[in-house]
Amino acid sequence: MPAYNASELMICAAAREIADGEVVFVGMRLPLLGFLLAKATHAPRAVGVYELGVVRAETAPAPILTMGDLPNLHRAAWLADTADVMGLLQSGRVDVSFIGGAQVDRFGNLNTTRVVGAGGAATRLPGSGGACDLACLARRHVIIMAHEQRRFVPQVDYITSPGYGTGPGWREREGLPRGGPASVITTLAVFRFDPAICEMEVASIHPGVSIGELRSKTGWPLRISSTIIETPAPSAAELAMIARFDPKRFWTGAAG
Amino acid sequence: MASSKLVPLADAVDRFVPDGSSVAAGLCLEAMIPFAAGREIMRQGRRGLTLIGPISDILFDQLIGAGCVARVQAAWVGNVITGSGYNFRRAVESDALVVEDHSNLSMAMALKAGAMGLPFMPMRSALGSDLFSTNPGLRRIACPFTGETLAAVAAIVPDVALIHVQRADVYGNSHAWGCLGVMRDAGLASRHVLLTAEEIVPTELISRDPNRVVVPGLRVSAVSHVPWGAHPAPVPGHYNRDHQAFLDYRDQSRSPEVFARWRKRWVDGVAQPEDYLGLLGEERMRALRLQHRGFSEPVDYGY
Repeated sequence: MPAYNASELMICAAAREIADGEVVFVGMRLPLLGFLLAKATHAPRAVGVYELGVVRAETAPAPILTMGDLPNLHRAAWLADTADVMGLLQSGRVDVSFIGGAQVDRFGNLNTTRVVGAGGAATRLPGSGGACDLACLARRHVIIMAHEQRRFVPQVDYITSPGYGTGPGWREREGLPRGGPASVITTLAVFRFDPAICEMEVASIHPGVSIGELRSKTGWPLRISSTIIETPAPSAAELAMIARFDPKRFWTGAAG
Repeated sequence: MASSKLVPLADAVDRFVPDGSSVAAGLCLEAMIPFAAGREIMRQGRRGLTLIGPISDILFDQLIGAGCVARVQAAWVGNVITGSGYNFRRAVESDALVVEDHSNLSMAMALKAGAMGLPFMPMRSALGSDLFSTNPGLRRIACPFTGETLAAVAAIVPDVALIHVQRADVYGNSHAWGCLGVMRDAGLASRHVLLTAEEIVPTELISRDPNRVVVPGLRVSAVSHVPWGAHPAPVPGHYNRDHQAFLDYRDQSRSPEVFARWRKRWVDGVAQPEDYLGLLGEERMRALRLQHRGFSEPVDYGY
């Protein structure tokens, strides 16, 4: 089996969340590579909508580090204003979006704004960007983040990007038109949400990770799917493709 | 006959960005960020500014670190490729900065309302989020037609928008292309527009393609000729993103002491735009210039 790291495994898991032909609101970092991998494998007809206004069905002609790199604009399908791409999202034309976070709770509420430490001191984070819009308006969204106890908390300090709030019916009561988190891809496992209770449960656990480790790094009593599997390891072909999209290993390096 | 609005950048900032102004910038998100105008604001020691923009990349962090800013209305403040903006973090955590938290859509709608001369715009985003608790410009409303819950976003009318474009004439007519973000609405919403342009071109070159005009000349107060005026952000048709500069800035902003050194070298040490190019160096500029051209077809506006 080829050697790989957690970033590469997460990219492969992200790619599997995309079905062929879907309209995908692509995020930064690992989801950027996950989308390219999906395009190159099982989802060649997927269309990428990039937050800063690029819509493209073809892979960029040169590797990109950020979505605003000029190769990503070259022969794009559409260069749109923010209101236009957000209009696609708001009118329900985006199937799936990807967002990262600093803190998440069992209902998939996500915080990227402000974290309060044990001593009460607050750490300021960059904020929503488009994440709040993606979580509110896509038909479903996928959360990607590192799995640490300080990040998997009973209650987030600030809801930047709404998940299922306090449980079933919450999104409808708040006026959100659709959507909600479909899955959470972490450095240790992939979670999906039980629709009856809107709470995340372990759907697959990454190779070499124990349930005990997962429990110790999750700040609430963990629910485990009765159909739990091991997350498939990246194949040699997938790793080769990821290397093509990130040739300098900027996002997939050891620190990635 | 219209009169020229072409002035040196220092004069434009001196006149249109006084202390206490609300300033919209970074309106194309990652591209065409008016970094040269930002450096001039720092050199002139502005105080008490309100910064308005969706993500800004590191421009807002620089202005905050230089002590120019009292308030930020933004969706995201940081360094796109590395994450946190350290000056921003320090300022918020020491209560030296007031933040009104937006999402990208709420910022677009706030500026759209400003551009349209309306008090607010509705949207379906942010409902259920805590943005309502840290942004007084967001309220829940009922749709007057269907009764469903919507978010109302209060209009933002900036005192001045700083906009970098590929080319402009001396009257403020300009062309911009690429990812334009909220540039169009921000330019129309603002009381003044200060343009910086890679090239100053004859009026005829602009008027031959009026669809490519994003902000009409009649709304522009001043134009300055600033080649490489968006560096290290990319400008389509001119230069690529200087990733190394953003990576370096992470280390150059980790503490107030190292940021002071960055500022001395890259801001105070370069009074004139050409000094900045000298500091950048020809080798670095050559590496950032376009390697592959991609021209579009001309279109026919004949009659």
